[in-house]
Amino acid sequence: MNSIKELLKKREITLILLVIILTAAVNMRAPGFVAGENISRIINDTSILIMVAIGQFFVILTGGIDLSVGSIIAFSGMSASMINQYNPSMPVIYVLLIGTVVGLLLGSINGLLVAFGKVPPIIATLGTMSIYRGFTFVLSKGQWVTAHEMTESYMNLPKGNFLGMSNLIWSALLISALMIYFSRYTRSGREIYAIGGNKTAARFVGVSEKKVNMIIFSISGALCGIAGVMWTSRYAAAVNETATGFELMTVAACVLGGVNIAGGAGAIPGVIVGALFLGIINNALPVVNFSPFYQMLIQGVIVLSAMFINTMMDKRKEKQLLNRRSL
Amino acid sequence: METNKTLANESRLVDENKGLKNKIISIITRWEGMLALIIIGMVIVFSNITPYFLDYFNLMNATFTFMEKAILALPMIFVILSGDIDISVAAIIALSSFAMGFGSSLGLGTAEIIIIGILVGGLAGAFNGLFIIKFGIPPIAVTLASLSLFRGISQAILEDQAFTEYPESFSYFGQGYIKGTLIPFELVFFLILAAGFAYVLHKTTYGRKLYAIGNSSTAARFSGVPVDRIRFTNFVLNGLFAGVVAVLLTSRIGSTRPNIAQGWELEAITLVVLGGVSITGGKGNIVGVILSIFLIGYLKFGMGLINMSAKVMIITTGFLLILAVLLPVMMDAIKKGNKLRFQRKT
Repeated sequence: MNSIKELLKKREITLILLVIILTAAVNMRAPGFVAGENISRIINDTSILIMVAIGQFFVILTGGIDLSVGSIIAFSGMSASMINQYNPSMPVIYVLLIGTVVGLLLGSINGLLVAFGKVPPIIATLGTMSIYRGFTFVLSKGQWVTAHEMTESYMNLPKGNFLGMSNLIWSALLISALMIYFSRYTRSGREIYAIGGNKTAARFVGVSEKKVNMIIFSISGALCGIAGVMWTSRYAAAVNETATGFELMTVAACVLGGVNIAGGAGAIPGVIVGALFLGIINNALPVVNFSPFYQMLIQGVIVLSAMFINTMMDKRKEKQLLNRRSL
Repeated sequence: METNKTLANESRLVDENKGLKNKIISIITRWEGMLALIIIGMVIVFSNITPYFLDYFNLMNATFTFMEKAILALPMIFVILSGDIDISVAAIIALSSFAMGFGSSLGLGTAEIIIIGILVGGLAGAFNGLFIIKFGIPPIAVTLASLSLFRGISQAILEDQAFTEYPESFSYFGQGYIKGTLIPFELVFFLILAAGFAYVLHKTTYGRKLYAIGNSSTAARFSGVPVDRIRFTNFVLNGLFAGVVAVLLTSRIGSTRPNIAQGWELEAITLVVLGGVSITGGKGNIVGVILSIFLIGYLKFGMGLINMSAKVMIITTGFLLILAVLLPVMMDAIKKGNKLRFQRKT
């Protein structure tokens, strides 16, 4: 009994239970929601969110925020699609690589601004959000790259099957595993936690804040780069408005997954479950006859309530600690 | 004796000259001085490129395009000065414009619509304040979430429709001129508001307390400043004035769509930060912000005159925002470097 209670206290477990309950409830209203095809579509849709949310997770972990993710996705997706359009003979894997590098570069510009320019993350990324979006328009001259201008192999990039799962899901899995390893078992990963927990203390034990800032924004950018290529190839269109407002989705996934928005606490498995939760809700809305126009409203409500519950739980923990100390 | 006296006089003269030179240098290198210089440069450049720039009628009418954002920036000074941030203001405009459109569709008159718009804005601001101050959640997180809540309400109900029916007298606030002149009502309204905000910020204890909170909220609290109450008031003010802006904007364009005022939070914050208000709080004044309002406003007007695309303007705004924060840091670093070199020499 006690072990169950302990288990329930774990954020990820509660969330997974919530996800199962939610799916079951939707399935009651609309049988067929849990059918294999639909589930794989939901996970496919969510894979992109998972990748980008992991990048956002590292930034939030240090107490910062990356508002430019949507614009980086748009820019790298657009540049990859245009490369594919004008060089159809180039192997798709190179296009993916170029897209990733473009994202990495844009992210490291954010990192430079924050680390060496001492610009607060919110201002730096608020600025680059509109700069990168603007340059997406400049790059594309306002045009779209549509399905018939892309090569078959480019559009098949996320769809390709391997052991029954799509490449998109595989890449999300691979990135998650890599990033979990990075955050738990490498020196740099632990340094990110250290900076988020207590900047001054971290500095005193020799953690370089500059290095950490460069790392987190570069990771976030590179993951956005991959996501941009996947996004444009999956939906077979590169438009200038790709992923507008996506920054909120990624922050939402983190907050739902129990990441402390002020930094220092949280883990990637939570973020993944948080992203899945959002993905299921977004897919369930039309199934239960909600107009898609409700998506923004519902997201706002979910994030606010999740933040509210998080802080209330933290406060209760604090009180318990204080009580124990006074004994 | 005589020679001594003349020597002293001469040295005083030299000192005075030096003083004047230093004074000029210190005025120019001050943030507001630089902004003023940039404005002068901009006017010279644009008036040489196009004859339509320095035209009384054009200059007056151009203010229509940026007075609403300017009013949004005024309460934002208070918020940023005390170390907070609010990125939900544009969404509050959408919400309160929606409320006004709804009221109008029920047949309410101009006065009622305006009251509804401003009240809804204030309530939305209080909602933000509640989450930020009572529950202690960082303002950036709260306003990022409430942004999608506020605009989401408007989007969920309006979908792809729009409110376009407003009473005739309602159109004055956003489109009207002061009687018998070419001066827009919005411009005069902004100037009156700016005077009010300047008074509160620089002449009242409330203003001083804002600086105290921005410099160190802990120290301010220990000195008896009601930190929580003031921060809460700031967010309510921000919401109220977003409501006021919603009145002006809705009145000017005569319709309400869910995507109204999209991206304006970025522009309001840019105006404040470019005006020399430190993003970490505690530093800045209203003169700088007013200068930056007219600088950006007329810069965009001029760029529009010479056919630059809207996208270039968005990029420019982003650059200006980052530069505004980056420049003081770099200037500080240069100053420090000079001092170090000076110390090493002596």
